[in-house]
Amino acid sequence: MKRYLRPTILIGAGLVGLWVLVALFAPWLAPFDPLKSLSPLALPGTPAPGGGVFWLGADLLGRDILSRMIYGARPVVALSTLATLTAYAVGVTAGLLAGYFSGWIDTALSFLANVILSFPVLVLYIVVIVALGPSPINVVIAVTFASAPAVFRIVRTIAADLKQRDFIAAAVTQGESTWRILFIEILPNATGPLTVDFCLRLGYTTIIIGALGFLGLGLPPPAPDWGGMVNEGRALAFAFPHLVIFPCLAISSLVLGLSLLADGLNEARDGQGRGS
Amino acid sequence: MSAPILEVSGLTIALPPGADRPNAITDINLALGPAEILCIVGESGSGKSVLSSALMGALPRGLTIASGGIALNGTDLTRQTERAWRDIRGRRIAMIPQEPMAALNPSTRVGRQIEEVFEIHGRLTPQERRAEALRLIEEMHLPDPARIAAAYPHQLSGGQCQRICIAMALSLNPDLLIADEPTTALDVTSQAQVLKLICELRDLHGQGVLFITHDLGVVADIADRIAVMEKGRLVEIGAARQILQAPAHPYTQKLIAAVPSFATKSRPRPAVEAGACLQVQGLAKTYGRTQALKPCDLVVERGTTLAVVGESGSGKSTLARLLIRLVEPTSGAAMINGQDLAKLSGAPLRKARRTIQMIFQDPFGSLNPRRSVGDVIARAAALAGADRASARQIAKDLLERVGLSAAAYARRPSAFSGGQRQRVGIARALAMRPDILIADESVSALDVSVQAQVLDLLRELQLELGVTIIFITHDLRVAAGISDQVAVMKRGEIVELCDTATLVNAPAHPYTQALIAAAPGRGVI
Repeated sequence: MKRYLRPTILIGAGLVGLWVLVALFAPWLAPFDPLKSLSPLALPGTPAPGGGVFWLGADLLGRDILSRMIYGARPVVALSTLATLTAYAVGVTAGLLAGYFSGWIDTALSFLANVILSFPVLVLYIVVIVALGPSPINVVIAVTFASAPAVFRIVRTIAADLKQRDFIAAAVTQGESTWRILFIEILPNATGPLTVDFCLRLGYTTIIIGALGFLGLGLPPPAPDWGGMVNEGRALAFAFPHLVIFPCLAISSLVLGLSLLADGLNEARDGQGRGS
Repeated sequence: MSAPILEVSGLTIALPPGADRPNAITDINLALGPAEILCIVGESGSGKSVLSSALMGALPRGLTIASGGIALNGTDLTRQTERAWRDIRGRRIAMIPQEPMAALNPSTRVGRQIEEVFEIHGRLTPQERRAEALRLIEEMHLPDPARIAAAYPHQLSGGQCQRICIAMALSLNPDLLIADEPTTALDVTSQAQVLKLICELRDLHGQGVLFITHDLGVVADIADRIAVMEKGRLVEIGAARQILQAPAHPYTQKLIAAVPSFATKSRPRPAVEAGACLQVQGLAKTYGRTQALKPCDLVVERGTTLAVVGESGSGKSTLARLLIRLVEPTSGAAMINGQDLAKLSGAPLRKARRTIQMIFQDPFGSLNPRRSVGDVIARAAALAGADRASARQIAKDLLERVGLSAAAYARRPSAFSGGQRQRVGIARALAMRPDILIADESVSALDVSVQAQVLDLLRELQLELGVTIIFITHDLRVAAGISDQVAVMKRGEIVELCDTATLVNAPAHPYTQALIAAAPGRGVI
């Protein structure tokens, strides 16, 4: 347990935990209604009409930026987690099957994964979203489609290695079902590398969701969305940098937290030694 | 004895804090004369490998020489810089490795690798190096030196690779040769040849040889003097004959008693109904063009033990994997109590698998590192039909039966030693209540004393449960001690099959005779 108490993990978990709490308690934390037009382009620290202060200023339509950031954490946290989980469900299952059975299943699935991975990721997202239309579910589908092949590759390699071990032969000769061999005997041995990859992948997904919002392919307006906020403020960014800086900080702090967490977990795993 | 080449005096090497003992080796004193073979004997963890790495100036990170000295012809080896060591290694001290295949570079021709030794030490012209490499290969009794020199390591056998390693070690005519388990990875017949070669070269060049091994049979064949190590201490040192025939220290006596010999033991048979448990008819397996197993026939009576003996590549593991249906046979059938597993599939197959279970070779790879040993055994019991609560109880009983405490239930495999893990493997196999137990080289990775314990355990369990055992091994001595009949395999074929006493005392096939003649330590222990 002690090896997990390292600065990278503590800072990373702190940043991530902060945004999760913000997302959960958004209605209690936000000082204003995120959709209400109050005072266009108010600078940070300006008193708001009818009491209160725009701590981070207001946007082009007079909506409080702090409140929009707080509400904007919700889709980012929920969607990136959900999308990464579905990518894992697909990637892990396919990877276990391909690695364990090899043969034509492996050939087919690996070919598919390589084809998908050969496209630039962002182009892939845009194609999927344009084809399906922008909506939260379609963002999840797009991320699953683009991320699952990478997860597949990791799991396939681990499964192909582990199936050579005698404990898998022992399970076969005991008459264990294939399902149990894949998910009870093999998968737990892959949790170490998968946990690290999961944190990193959550970070990528967060960036991607921000990018989709920026391109206008994320949540339909006027819903608060970090990427969308950057896009709306882009034209006036030189005159009013606060429109862009704060949503950017939100995205980078969450991604930084996840990356630190992944780094820290990886170091903790290395320190533990490969033998156990 | 003339002036010693090597003198180790009061050598103590400290382990990092937190290890199970303060020192890896404690107060070692020994001397080695020219043309002398000193065998260092000990089980795993005795510190014999730490000693050899200290002599090579290559102690693993974290280990430090706490006190004492190592003198090689008067040079103090404990105070050499890394630069000086590079000159000492190869030129004055050379090493024969444990895994010859791993010690050679797979992408370079072996002749070139011998030439490199001269090149690194800046000796000879390119033409002379080539001639010298060929001469060394010839000295190793390798046929057709020019062809061997042009071969890559994977084109040679393990024994041939080891001879190349020996040629590299001898190339600069060192004073001291350290051989760390040089024959452990080899088959018995090539082991005998390599041992003979080492003796012959010692007579020819007069090097002192420090030979590290766990196998007292090998020691009996080669040693002039013997040093026995236990837990980092030298418990006994003396002339080979004296130590082997009149060991003074109890640990030496225990080690010698545990060495398997050809003595066959008559022992009580379990009370089971007579009849064949396993009938094999024309079972064969081919991979592409290679015939891994030629059609073979076997009958094993219920409650008896069949030993399958052969060198690597003889097809004995293929036979085991066919019997337990980890691989599909090309033709033929293996009937277990009249039922052929190869004709089943799906759920009926999974159910029928219970009748034949396997104890695997590698105690480290055969247990899932992420599951507690109790869970593993209880799961096997549950698959054999026990309900949840009784499966737990069966697992606890079995853990005690194989000599572990029931408290071991919740521990992961990493908390156990090799011998203990092998016991867990036996408990897991028994939890399925099998009719046949296959032990595939199940004791070869274990120290002799642990090996003897596991063999005793198998005998007791057979008597108690009436289980039929197929015991697969490369060691005819171990086979003789445990089996009722022996099948000797060579190149995918059973060349001799008869009862154990006849096979050992009057082997009919020339290959069996060669195996018996090559067994180390025959006649001395």
